[in-house]
Amino acid sequence: MTPFSRVTQSFFQRALAFALLPLAFASFALPIQAQESPYIVTYDHYLEEPGSLEVEYFSTFGTQRGGNDFHAFWAEFEYGATAWWTTEVYLDGQTTFGDSTIFTGFRWENRFRLLQREHFINPVLYLEYEQTSGADKILKEVEGHDVEADYAIPNAIARREHDHELESKLLLSRTVGGWNFAENTIATKNLTGGNPWEFGYAIGASRPLALKASAQRCSFCPENFVAGIEIYGGLGDRYSFGLHDTSHYLAPVVAWNLPSDWTLRLSPGFGLNDNSHRFLLRWGVSREFSGFGAAISRLFGGRS
Amino acid sequence: MMQRTSVLLLLLAVGVAATQTRSTPTSKDNSVYAELAKAPKKAAARRNPLEPDPDAVAAGAKLFGLHCAECHGEMAEGGKKAPSLLADEVQQASSGTLFWLLTNGVVRKGMPVWSKLPEAQRWQLVSFIKSFTPAPVSSAGGEKASHP
Repeated sequence: MTPFSRVTQSFFQRALAFALLPLAFASFALPIQAQESPYIVTYDHYLEEPGSLEVEYFSTFGTQRGGNDFHAFWAEFEYGATAWWTTEVYLDGQTTFGDSTIFTGFRWENRFRLLQREHFINPVLYLEYEQTSGADKILKEVEGHDVEADYAIPNAIARREHDHELESKLLLSRTVGGWNFAENTIATKNLTGGNPWEFGYAIGASRPLALKASAQRCSFCPENFVAGIEIYGGLGDRYSFGLHDTSHYLAPVVAWNLPSDWTLRLSPGFGLNDNSHRFLLRWGVSREFSGFGAAISRLFGGRS
Repeated sequence: MMQRTSVLLLLLAVGVAATQTRSTPTSKDNSVYAELAKAPKKAAARRNPLEPDPDAVAAGAKLFGLHCAECHGEMAEGGKKAPSLLADEVQQASSGTLFWLLTNGVVRKGMPVWSKLPEAQRWQLVSFIKSFTPAPVSSAGGEKASHP
């Protein structure tokens, strides 16, 4: 075994152990079904239930003009610290066809509910620190002057760029008549170099296919399906705010909340201008475990 | 690098444990029911539009098992994380009050807002909760549900 392959093997062993640790703890917890939103980019104002851990996997297949198509993926561990604070960790990676598969970084996200009760519009503050390479392609949000051409750079070159970003969002959301309407305003600052603040947006609307629950436990009941649409894109930066040299996407979304505690999501996205990838196909699978916090607490001798 | 990762993981675990070791409501703590009194009159006066629906209780029972039983107990008897729903305070509250509480949650005490469930499903849950017949408190301090 060459030194390089030993290092690679060691890296993947550590990465696997890190990714599986929450699953090991989650095995002490109970799975529960949550009513998950179908959005993949947009956030509504609903946080994770306190003490619950949601383990999620998402994929994005993207077409690329002037380069190779790619498959970007991320694992997400979302924990409800309190009823007003949700924290999550992301691990990102991507495969560029005909190039390579690489780990592209991590993100630590926090969402804080600002008002105790439901109001006409419900604000949530989103703060995220991310340490990613220039090869990150998960397109979890689009901001500034992000355009398709940025993603055509070969992995070996793109991964040399290291970004330390602080991302803030104001999430506004309202549910009325079974419909959820959500709007996210994004402001991002790359802490490396003298990069300006960059801006972006995401807007979503969704509704369950049925508003009343059926009396029987069922997989295909219409209330288990939530469908909607989201639109997102960049708004330039501090020095050139606006829509020029920005990319935008429109994406129908659907979520299937299974009674077996799993949620599946699917979203074909379409670029709305020449700066956008023509097509992004996203899908995801998640499972929520309640009692994760209590299991950890017991591990440390806590009461709960 | 490995050491740093281990320290980070340990800190995360301690943080998670810390969020869980605070005092949680119990079925004996009457203050947890105080929130019911805060329902605005207009909200409290709302009638359950699904009262005549024969399937509402069964559908509510299903929803309760999916979303509520983890904290409030399989039979709504309460648990370490959430109070009993068999208590007089809950059973004597109006349907509108329970609907209001479900919609708004009691965020600072750990009860999430449930407005993500469509209005009809929240009324189904109210139908189920109101279908319990309160039983007298036993000498052990626990409560037993008798459900139709």
